[in-house]
Amino acid sequence: MGSVFYVISAFSVGGALAAVLLKNLVHAALALTIAFFGLALLFLRLDAQFAGFAQILVYVGAVAILVVFAILLTKGSEVPKEGVFSKSWLVGLAIAAGVFAALAWAVMQAAPSLPNEAAVPAITVNDIGNALMSRYVLPLEIIAVLLTAALLGAVIVAMHEKERSRQG
Amino acid sequence: MIERLDQIFVLLKHWLLGYLPESWQTPVGVIISVACIVGLYPALFAVTTVLERKGVGRIQNRLGPNRVGPYGILQPMADGIKSLTKEDIVPTSADAVVHFLAPIILVVTVFMGFAVLPMGRNMVLVDMDAGLLFYFAMGASTELSVFMAGWSSRNKYSLLGAMRAVAQMISYEVALLLSSVVIVMMTGSLSLVKIVEAQNHYSYGLPHWYIFTPWGFAAFIMYAIAGTAETNRSPFDLPEGESELVAGYHTEYSGFKFALFFLGEYVAMFSISGLGSTLFLGGWMAPLSGLQFIPSWIWFFGKLFVSMCVFIWLRGTLPRLRQDQLMNFAWKFVLPMCLLNLFVAALWRFMGDGWLRWIVCSAILIVAYFSIGREGMRRKHFGPRSYRYAA
Repeated sequence: MGSVFYVISAFSVGGALAAVLLKNLVHAALALTIAFFGLALLFLRLDAQFAGFAQILVYVGAVAILVVFAILLTKGSEVPKEGVFSKSWLVGLAIAAGVFAALAWAVMQAAPSLPNEAAVPAITVNDIGNALMSRYVLPLEIIAVLLTAALLGAVIVAMHEKERSRQG
Repeated sequence: MIERLDQIFVLLKHWLLGYLPESWQTPVGVIISVACIVGLYPALFAVTTVLERKGVGRIQNRLGPNRVGPYGILQPMADGIKSLTKEDIVPTSADAVVHFLAPIILVVTVFMGFAVLPMGRNMVLVDMDAGLLFYFAMGASTELSVFMAGWSSRNKYSLLGAMRAVAQMISYEVALLLSSVVIVMMTGSLSLVKIVEAQNHYSYGLPHWYIFTPWGFAAFIMYAIAGTAETNRSPFDLPEGESELVAGYHTEYSGFKFALFFLGEYVAMFSISGLGSTLFLGGWMAPLSGLQFIPSWIWFFGKLFVSMCVFIWLRGTLPRLRQDQLMNFAWKFVLPMCLLNLFVAALWRFMGDGWLRWIVCSAILIVAYFSIGREGMRRKHFGPRSYRYAA
């Protein structure tokens, strides 16, 4: 690991913190992109090329753009005069800490049960493709159907809106 | 000798590295390669701007630049000096940091794409296992810089231009990815080097490029359309439609930052053309087996040059699309054709050799092309245009 790991980690944690603390929503979204990018770099550092590039393609290329679009289309881009923290921030903090503790506990528990492999498993994109098309083909298809249904649903919601506005 | 000429840049690099100690060779080698890429494409950009201004000038029956140097070929020098010495104006209400970062991020992400493009035999910076995925990941990041530029300018024209650009890029990126997936299906690899190698054989002196198959041809057409839209080139240059939006997302940029946007746009064109020739036109391969004695890098850059000429030709010929036409075209024509093409490619793979698959696959694609096109045009009535003037 070494210093590169710490640099990338500082990068992504910094981005995530800025996303929470910045007042301007668009700035927060851009900071979130930095966190996504840092996460992708961490994947690449672990030699997980597919996960890393998919992270950039999906999160930086699509999710960040979607977030930014949503902010601009909902008049939320003005900076609020009072602070950005809601009144119930303490409860939110407690819930976030609880979720983090549960996840961390699960990861810690799972670590010893893994076979202690000396060599780093070399998983190429080719292997991932083969696994997706053979062993995991059913989950893949189910996700595809789910996403198609979601896509159709989104289109129908948008169409409904249009018809109503035409009548009104 | 032929072999030597083909590998001249690789050999030059090795010769240079030979003077260095062992431990320095890898990092310095990478730096040399990166410096070559970063130096070469802006130089090509300078040449192409003259070509474009001259070419579009010819198409529009005027002369184009002809004052600086013989036949105006030194025009890019003058342009460069002008943009370097011009005042860099940032609007007072602009978001200074984001405004500053946007052109830099654009140029950086655009140049990253070249890391995986094989520009000749053994001439690739990183032969990545997931090269194509890397390329598209970098391409997706450019959208964010366009948005950043438009938003940070605090100008309604910039913001509208950025929104248009991002919407257009997202729509056509789907088509771009889906048309390239066909190639990955056939090659069985995401590595661009392997994709070129898979096309690298000849029968009867003719190459086995992917464009010479029904599905490859259809995918190439879709790729070319999506690539043109992705680089915001005419006829898809709505984001900077000067009659409506001044200059789109880079309205508020001046001096060298504007030049960076211009550079980024052009280099993205080179990059998309390079990827297109790698995927469909055999990359650095010669178009005839008898022409293999010409070095591979000449073929790659030759193909790049030809596609740049096509870009310029399109710009001079086609009128700009309207926003609704742009979106309808992407989602109702290009996307269904790309999806169908996936099925056709699978059919081609499982029908085995023979003439039958040529007939079946071509027939499906041609029928789909005409029926989707007809369906899209059915409710539209075309007739002589009526003009109403304010009295």
